[in-house]
Amino acid sequence: MEAIKYVRPNSVDDAVRSLASANEPVRVLAGGTDLLVQLRAGNVRPGLVVDIKGIAELKQIQVTAAGCRIGAAVAGAELSERADVVAQWPGVVEAFQLIGSTQIQGRASLGGNLCNASPAADSVPALIAAGARCTIAGPAGRREAAVEDIVISPGKTSLAQGEFIVDFLLPARPAHSGDAYLRFIPRTEMDIAVVGAGVSLTLDANGRCTAARLALGAVAPRPLLVPAGATALVGTPVDNAALEKLAAAASAACTPIDDKRGTIEFRTRVAGVLARRAAVIALQRAKGN
Amino acid sequence: MGNEKQTFIKNPTFKWVGTRPVRPDGMDKVTGRAAFGADYQLPGMLVGEVVRSPHAHARIKSIDVSAARALAGVHAVVTAEDFPDLPSEIAAGGEAPINFRDVSHNVIARHKALYEGHAVAAVAATTAAIAAHAVALIKVNYEVLPHVIDVREAMRDNAPLLHDDLFTTGIDPQPTTPSNIAGRTQFVLGDIAQGFAEADIIVEREYTTQPVHQGYIEPHACAAAMGADGMATIWTSSQGHFMVREFCAKLLKVEIGQIRVIPAEIGGGFGGKTTVYLEPLAMALARQSGRPVKMVMTRSEVFRASGPTSGTHVWVKLGAKRNGTLTAGEMILKYQAGAYPGSPAMLGGMTGFAPYDLKHAKAVCYDVVSNRPKCAAYRAPGAPMAAFGVESALDEIAQQLGLDPLELRAMNAAKAGTRALYGPKFLEIGYAETLAAAKAHPHYSAPLGPNQGRGIASGFWFNIGGQSSAAVHVNEDGTAEVVTGNPDIGGSRASMAMMAAEVLGIDLAKVKPIIGDTAQIAYSFLTGGSRVTFATGMAVVEAAQDTVRQLRERAAKLWKVEFAEVEWRDGMAYCTRTTEEPRAPLSMAAIAHSCAKTGGPISGTASINASGAGPGFGTHLCDVEVDPETGAVKILRYTAIQDVGRAIHPSYVEGQLQGGAVQGIGWALNEEYIYDQQGRLLNPGFLDYRMPVASDLPMIDTVLVEVPNPGHPFGVRGVGEVPIVPPLAAVANAVSRAIGIRMTDLPLSPPRILATIDRAKRST
Repeated sequence: MEAIKYVRPNSVDDAVRSLASANEPVRVLAGGTDLLVQLRAGNVRPGLVVDIKGIAELKQIQVTAAGCRIGAAVAGAELSERADVVAQWPGVVEAFQLIGSTQIQGRASLGGNLCNASPAADSVPALIAAGARCTIAGPAGRREAAVEDIVISPGKTSLAQGEFIVDFLLPARPAHSGDAYLRFIPRTEMDIAVVGAGVSLTLDANGRCTAARLALGAVAPRPLLVPAGATALVGTPVDNAALEKLAAAASAACTPIDDKRGTIEFRTRVAGVLARRAAVIALQRAKGN
Repeated sequence: MGNEKQTFIKNPTFKWVGTRPVRPDGMDKVTGRAAFGADYQLPGMLVGEVVRSPHAHARIKSIDVSAARALAGVHAVVTAEDFPDLPSEIAAGGEAPINFRDVSHNVIARHKALYEGHAVAAVAATTAAIAAHAVALIKVNYEVLPHVIDVREAMRDNAPLLHDDLFTTGIDPQPTTPSNIAGRTQFVLGDIAQGFAEADIIVEREYTTQPVHQGYIEPHACAAAMGADGMATIWTSSQGHFMVREFCAKLLKVEIGQIRVIPAEIGGGFGGKTTVYLEPLAMALARQSGRPVKMVMTRSEVFRASGPTSGTHVWVKLGAKRNGTLTAGEMILKYQAGAYPGSPAMLGGMTGFAPYDLKHAKAVCYDVVSNRPKCAAYRAPGAPMAAFGVESALDEIAQQLGLDPLELRAMNAAKAGTRALYGPKFLEIGYAETLAAAKAHPHYSAPLGPNQGRGIASGFWFNIGGQSSAAVHVNEDGTAEVVTGNPDIGGSRASMAMMAAEVLGIDLAKVKPIIGDTAQIAYSFLTGGSRVTFATGMAVVEAAQDTVRQLRERAAKLWKVEFAEVEWRDGMAYCTRTTEEPRAPLSMAAIAHSCAKTGGPISGTASINASGAGPGFGTHLCDVEVDPETGAVKILRYTAIQDVGRAIHPSYVEGQLQGGAVQGIGWALNEEYIYDQQGRLLNPGFLDYRMPVASDLPMIDTVLVEVPNPGHPFGVRGVGEVPIVPPLAAVANAVSRAIGIRMTDLPLSPPRILATIDRAKRST
């Protein structure tokens, strides 16, 4: 029986030092809503666990002219209470809120949801659609990356040894913008996305779409940014024709698998449906602000 | 008791029966004091773990336990070698005849592992970590064999054979080559050829259902201790501690008197805890180590090695005249038994047509083994799948004839005097009353919107009696304990206390219901077959009547009058002698207080074999909305109507109706076992084995129809099982009507519905 070492640093530098100097397999612990389950199931056997919840910077939410900066260890319940973030990024917040139950919401974090590297993570397509960027700390200092560049394949990220995510920036955007996230699950809660779709879009004063991003979850080995989704909407009034193009683009981008949660046929079909429905919600929100 | 029985039924002016007092088990459950199977801690207790087969079908060539035994902290290791090799023989026991050799082999594999998760060895160690390490050190040499999961594939001539000594019963002459078909049973009434010849329309369809787990929240858990004198004690949560005692005695070849079983509080059973899995292993480990051993399954073990009920293939043919009169019905039922014979196929054949007055009917039932966990009882075992077929076919007949589905059922409803396919003529039953209540319910006339559909289905289930014991102990202050021997899985303690208080005529708060262990109360058959409120309730009534008789005797002694001159009313003795000074009435407390002067403690008992159980019928209404773009089904409204005989505690009865409906909805919509190519279960957990969550469901409305059962002092019918019979068809009929396509395969999961809708669109 091997013991697991646990450290709880209170600065980013200390955390980087612990992570970088570890000789044994290491895991970063934020909310632990994935990690503890994997530990108990024996799926992961780290020698060292670095708990980053003690680092003040990782628990902060700041809204500035640059946008919303959300610490990687902020819990879903904490973000939900920030009316300013909810007003600007309802899609990101609703995606985050879909993770687990009320109890899980008290712990689950955006950083953990991303770094668990599940193709089905609910907050990730919403973050990608929002154009979110993350700050990564590591032995070589800090760097920035787009959220869509973090997950490589199920369970694998592009983070190097010793690196972890400090925060996310949802960049400020013009008036008449809105976002939305929808997922499909066979139940109404306590489930994992069979398909997830996040849409963010901006309209000009005439209601014509000037910018859009579509991201999908659970339809490929990693969460996908779908550029053809933006092409379908930009320059249009987001009418039915544009929405049908968006749906087709979403379905075309899918490379899913058949598994216990859904079939290839189902995921491909429903990705288009959810993309369209999310775009309709995002459109209404954009018109409303 | 005969006259009093009739009085109770005809004069339902009760003080307690039919009221809704606070449940007696509630306080312990909400405060955490209730001790479940895993809550027992004993000095020196070891942790037991099971080594399970990773293969769906494999010969066990050898098991090397030496490294595990040598590990520090390991105190016992057992394999099949540590259990007697029982002969194959069918014995009475449980709810159906049992082959204890099969039970033994299911508890611990001998020669062959027959499903992934099949126990092959068990260890006991000082800590869970050491036990887990020991499990990893046990080397089992397997020869992997071809396996078969599906019921129809298992029936093929060239299918991998699970048992080379299994010859189909029920076929004359009995086959001389072994197969996976354990048995064939048939029921025939009238002449179906004639019946179908009389039909104007015939609906003939195949239906499939998936195996589903009972899904109790509490995993199997027990503790066992065995002394050097060979006396054992087992603490366990089960649906029958006398059953656990009997099964363990058989499997370990000890006398029943050597084992005492103490019932824990139970966190759900639904039929799945009417057999043993861990208890014999814990007892063998305790015997070998000389120390108490606790064993608790993980959820994954529960899914891989316990339950479920059968997956089925059901063929139904129904004939009707143009006016809706049914002329004949025929069914062929193929039920998965899992690794050992014993599926409830026969019960499906007995129940499917039971709600209807059919002059010509036939059911042929096949019990088929395959490489899955041995099926266990699940709430009305076998009935929901047969009802799914029959009630779906009826819905099609209603659609084809343009008839109201309730009218069609009412026109053909079984009533007192109707002969059922399985033999008997019904006595007083309330099926037609449930249909009338459904018709009158506002749910039935509520408008439906686009993509919405309403499904109707009915269901039948038996009620059994059997052996039960009860004791009423009158305490010195006039309070009383009611002791019975049946674990309370559905609120029976409340019913026992209420029936005792009703007969004794005292305040319910003065009656404490207790579940006695196997040494504290006489034998009681397990909690199953919806029998406890009926049969054990009858024993309680008789024990309370015995107590009242004793109280009257004691009062007669105190008053120096004849027994016949003492009346018992409202918990008091009244003297009816009018020739002397009136005597002040005596309360139960006063009589109890002076019991030492009148003959000692007062205690009434009854041990009975109850007969007169009355079957139950239910009719369910279900509204759904189907998302045509995703195939998602939303249950909009659900109403469960049932003839409950007489509800002792209506809230509990309503809870039974709601719980059964919800389990049936889960069965209809999303629950299924998903296997990989190697026959390994891919979804052994609540994340991917999708039982409904609270937010998936509307509040389930209930209507209690009371047609008292003449065979019970208060008119009780068992109510717990009927409500899981109609929902499969109620949901499927609703979905079929919503999308305009008949759905015959469960579960009605979104991918299946969407593919069906899309296929229909492409073909038009």
